[in-house]
Amino acid sequence: MHELAITESLVAAVAENVGTARVARVRLQVGQLAGVLPSALQFCFEACARGTPLEGATLQIDEIAARGRCRACRAEMPMLTFVDACACGGLEVDLLSGQELRIKDVEVEVQ
Amino acid sequence: MCATCGCGATDHTHDPNHDHDHTHEHEHAHDHRLVMLEHDVLAKNDRLAARNRALFAARHIAAFNFTSAPGAGKTALLQALIKQIGGRFPLAVIEGDQETDRDADRIRSTGAPVVQINTRTGCHLDAQMVNAAVTALDPPRGALLLIENVGNLVCPALFDLGERAKAVILSTTEGEDKPLKYPHMFRAAGIVVLTKVDLLPHLDFDLEACLANIRRVNPDARVFQVSSKTGVGLPAFCDFMASQVAATAA
Repeated sequence: MHELAITESLVAAVAENVGTARVARVRLQVGQLAGVLPSALQFCFEACARGTPLEGATLQIDEIAARGRCRACRAEMPMLTFVDACACGGLEVDLLSGQELRIKDVEVEVQ
Repeated sequence: MCATCGCGATDHTHDPNHDHDHTHEHEHAHDHRLVMLEHDVLAKNDRLAARNRALFAARHIAAFNFTSAPGAGKTALLQALIKQIGGRFPLAVIEGDQETDRDADRIRSTGAPVVQINTRTGCHLDAQMVNAAVTALDPPRGALLLIENVGNLVCPALFDLGERAKAVILSTTEGEDKPLKYPHMFRAAGIVVLTKVDLLPHLDFDLEACLANIRRVNPDARVFQVSSKTGVGLPAFCDFMASQVAATAA
């Protein structure tokens, strides 16, 4: 359950950046091959946010599609797993996107 | 039905500024401001890992992060490797487990300096834990630092410790499809060590399929085949580690 440690890092990173302002919404980008389960992040978020400026905030998770490039034919392709084969038959595909785990932006309340 | 007063008529209106004989608790009206962060969630761990990496570079320490499923033979491999190195260069070991000092005791029996980290409820080592352990160990210049992570093929894939490379250990008793089942870890590892190869004659383990599965998930991984028990394949793995130590010192 590394999502708990990741959610703790997420809450700490946002809290460091917003000072005392109350946070209404956090927008997180999670790549489809980031190795992190969005539902588990949501599950942990409420508990981790308690007692911080993020308490009661909404966690919005935008999933980023994974894309790869075939080493054989150089074609780009969508990736659903790390081992998707290229249409040309190539098995060696480098990942171009899909491992993101990034706090995009935060909506804070202005008193 | 009128939603405001609950009466049956629908053809009347209510003044929104009507008087009450009681007060309402009104929430403050808040304006919202958008703060762009573009901040990696694991930036703090990555920062601490970078600090470890800088420390290792300054002291010419070659650090490796060993991961596997529980029981794949991480500690046995480290014991065999330490014996094979035979004091040719200094080394130090960090042991990670949820509980007990058992693995540290096994390493200590080889004579190598070791620090045990117990993560309690934690499922992986992070850069801060390793930093504290390195401070306690204080490995000498030019040392090989072997970090044995918690037995877990999922969580440790995401946490950089500042190592030169991750080495994932796969034992022949686990089955040849492990790389496909746990691709994040095999993708993150620069080195794959297939252990317990002495058992191959007794198992329905398809070695070629296993190697193909490793290549599919991670075409760039260095693969070693080792038996910690019989010593088969150990000299090649040891020579590789020695070359890494030499490359770090250069």
